[in-house]
Amino acid sequence: MIERNRFLDVLSHLVLVLGVAVVAFPVYVTFVASTHTMQEVVQAPMPLWPGAHAWENYTVALFGDPSGSGATPAVGRMMMVSLITALVISFAKISMSLLSAFAIVYFKFPFRMAIFWAIFMTLMLPVEVRIGPTYQVVADLGMLNTYAGLTVPLVASATATFLFRQFFLTIPDELVEAARMDGAGPMRFFKDVLLPLSTSSMAALFVIQFIYGWNQYLWPLLVTTEERMYPVVIGIKRMISGGDAQTEWNIVMATAMLAMIPPALVVILMQKWFVKGLVDTEK
Amino acid sequence: MLIAPQVLVICVFFFWPALQALLQSVQQSDAFGTSVEWVGLANFERLWQDESYLESFQTTAVFSCLVAFLGIGISLCLAYFADRVVRGTLIYRTLLIWPYAVAPAVAGVVWLFLFSPSIGVVSYALNQWGFEWNALLNSRHAMALIVMAAVWKQISYNFLFFLAGLQSIPKSLIEAAAMDGAGPWRRFWTIQFPLLSPTSFFLLVINVVYAFFDTFGIVDAATKGGPGKDTAILVYKVYFDGFKAMDLGGSAAQSVVLMVIVMALTVVQFRFVEKKVNY
Repeated sequence: MIERNRFLDVLSHLVLVLGVAVVAFPVYVTFVASTHTMQEVVQAPMPLWPGAHAWENYTVALFGDPSGSGATPAVGRMMMVSLITALVISFAKISMSLLSAFAIVYFKFPFRMAIFWAIFMTLMLPVEVRIGPTYQVVADLGMLNTYAGLTVPLVASATATFLFRQFFLTIPDELVEAARMDGAGPMRFFKDVLLPLSTSSMAALFVIQFIYGWNQYLWPLLVTTEERMYPVVIGIKRMISGGDAQTEWNIVMATAMLAMIPPALVVILMQKWFVKGLVDTEK
Repeated sequence: MLIAPQVLVICVFFFWPALQALLQSVQQSDAFGTSVEWVGLANFERLWQDESYLESFQTTAVFSCLVAFLGIGISLCLAYFADRVVRGTLIYRTLLIWPYAVAPAVAGVVWLFLFSPSIGVVSYALNQWGFEWNALLNSRHAMALIVMAAVWKQISYNFLFFLAGLQSIPKSLIEAAAMDGAGPWRRFWTIQFPLLSPTSFFLLVINVVYAFFDTFGIVDAATKGGPGKDTAILVYKVYFDGFKAMDLGGSAAQSVVLMVIVMALTVVQFRFVEKKVNY
């Protein structure tokens, strides 16, 4: 039995509380700033307690402010773009990698290993290192400022394909044989046996990919040039391009809160799958 | 065929552009793309002689070292204590993991706001204590700013892995050491830390990759590579040279260099994964 140490127990909680406080502090300040008027926020020591203007700020942020001096664009629209992009990316990734893993594991066809290695190679080519040429391809295909341009180049996923491949390899052969004995064709087997078995992997991947899709920055920065196609992450960046004085920090901070809430909710509500997804995809 | 969509996407958006990058890196074209000239390795040579590129390399190295070591250190500390507490581990975990969900660019904006020289809360406090903070003028401060933002975002990830690693260490080992009279400090360094070394090494690679590639949003939002070029990490420079300065050949050559780095890191990572199986 390990000795009990009162001092260390207290210290543990102290350190953890401190850690949580430091981690939460920036977001707390963001929240506070989003509840004040612009004048209150930009005066040097900003108030550290929530103010009374939350409702106005969030409405302005969400629906835009056609009358004011800043004329901020509506974030509601951007949130929709982000949401659609993130959902399309995560669903497309999951279904595409399910299908390819299924094909690689259960069918014999020429170049099977070559294709497998080709998928593997994509791990080594993150968007960041090939932005220029990829942009050219997308521009040539006429996909700038479309949802297709935002999502399609990002839907190939080596990690997800691997994850499903590893998972399919653990499924006993007896199960495949049993399905065949019962007269199930390959697609039937896929639908009735593999899909139900992989739901937890799918949930885990969904969380990771949703966050990945929502938080994309560099790629949307390149392919979207019109305001109606900005995801919310880009929108925030555009709002602060002026100096300190012109930026309506209270609205920017309200937008930042809005941009953080959906992925944070997904992480916290689906914590179990999130942890599983992180651990699985990195193995 | 079932695999067709995946292969199509990979070919069109991965291999074709990568080939293009390779091709462009040995060509020189003018700003309008009207004339293309074969220049061999001249672009690479030019990179090698380019002061600002070498500086950017240095910046990236400093940045990723700081991010990796600070991030790993802080989260190891937090994970150790979270593993110790009897009750509430789950609550602390919930409270610590959500920064993972925050977009890098949003994190950059939030930290910029906290540390903005004229209106930021923290910079105000620092100035009150007599510390002259200005991330817009002082490059060290700017570096500190992006490092803090990057570490803040990455703590949750490291924390989760360390916590999982600590919880998988058999309790009997720790108890045996305690019976032999090893105090908590000694137990940590002689048992838990060595057993965590595979996790730590894995996280080191992941954190370096993160600092190299995923922090573009933080840099662009918080400092825009400034002041001057003092926080322009390599990825930022590829973007800037290719899309702002329109130097396609140079940008492509930089892309190729980055590809080589990613490949090296990936190989290291997989070597390690194989080793871990034997562990």
